[in-house]
Amino acid sequence: MSGDAHHPAPMAPVEHRVAALEALLTERGLVPDGFIEEITRRYETEIGPMNGARVVARAWADPAYKQRLLADGTAAIAELGFDGPEGHHMVVVENTPAVHNVIVCTLCSCYPWPTLGLPPAWYKDPPYRARMVREPRALLAEMGCELPGDAEIRVWDSSAEVRYLVLPERPPGTEGMSEAELAGCVSRDSMIGVARL
Amino acid sequence: VDGIHDLGGMQGFGAVDHSPAEPVFHEPWEGRARALLEAVSGAVQASGGETRHSIERMDPGHYLTSSYYEHWLTAAATLAVEHGLVSPEELEARAGGRFPLSGPVHAPPVADAGPGAGEPRFAPGDRVRVREWHPPGHTRCPCYIRGKAGVVVRLDGTHSVPDIEAHSTARRYEATYSVRFDAASLWRDGQRGVWVHVDLWDSYLEPA
Repeated sequence: MSGDAHHPAPMAPVEHRVAALEALLTERGLVPDGFIEEITRRYETEIGPMNGARVVARAWADPAYKQRLLADGTAAIAELGFDGPEGHHMVVVENTPAVHNVIVCTLCSCYPWPTLGLPPAWYKDPPYRARMVREPRALLAEMGCELPGDAEIRVWDSSAEVRYLVLPERPPGTEGMSEAELAGCVSRDSMIGVARL
Repeated sequence: VDGIHDLGGMQGFGAVDHSPAEPVFHEPWEGRARALLEAVSGAVQASGGETRHSIERMDPGHYLTSSYYEHWLTAAATLAVEHGLVSPEELEARAGGRFPLSGPVHAPPVADAGPGAGEPRFAPGDRVRVREWHPPGHTRCPCYIRGKAGVVVRLDGTHSVPDIEAHSTARRYEATYSVRFDAASLWRDGQRGVWVHVDLWDSYLEPA
């Protein structure tokens, strides 16, 4: 079926390859009933950037919480009930008018699942991973994130166990908003650092 | 290994195909592929290092022309074959066509993880240089900082060294640090006010 080195057989479509592996593993009892559906359901409905938005909104509304969040991100995020794989060692980096933070994983796709969910496709694709450490100012501008020319940029390459969350600046005009309303202002991109609010 | 996954700083890729909102899974098979890698990694007790390395060993052409969940599928199938859960022939017969797997491991198995590094050798503010080396196996030290000097900005506790755990059931625990590099010193292009931070295990570093 594999043909020879010069004339390889056509690759099976990816859906067929997934189905083949799934069927073989299921026959061997390695995929419990409902396992796949439960994982996809969880990431489609429970774990996503709405969690990170609640963390950011709390930090904007409560200065003591913000202090704890910047001092020990993992513990402060767990206060709101967000914990789990890819969230055990959280560091929160704060944007200010003079400093802009942005996160990347050049080696794979490391991303803070409990607060941001699974990473978007572009975060895992080669252009973002290749360019964000080499020309972040140009790439941010290209992605629509305009910074003052003298703003310092801090890129965080998640190459070990820490996962990062950007704390964006609270936008003007949000005074008097409730925490829930504030959370509604927070975009996923602002917590990755490819957008400002 | 100096693999295709180690993308930091590579040129020629063009624009980021960015959309502010997108579905978690674009196609149903993506969620299934993701779950299958979890199932296989769990069944064979693969460490994070071994799992990542099974993606890093993909054929470079296939890696660059397939989506991330196809990487996960390829990793799941590769680990399943390497641990004897399924055979390549079965996979191809069921799939009805070629089922590419990742290439072989080139690193020798690690029999002895060596002693842990003990106390962290560095503290925030210390100047360090990244070792200039090219291990044949898994590592979490990106190519673009090897040989470069930076400053430790944070100590993150001790963690299992991926270079060991990918190739062994033994474990070595070392301090990890966040190290800050001036982008101008990485790329020699005169950019200013840009700092790139990379998180690194103790043995990746030497005093500078």
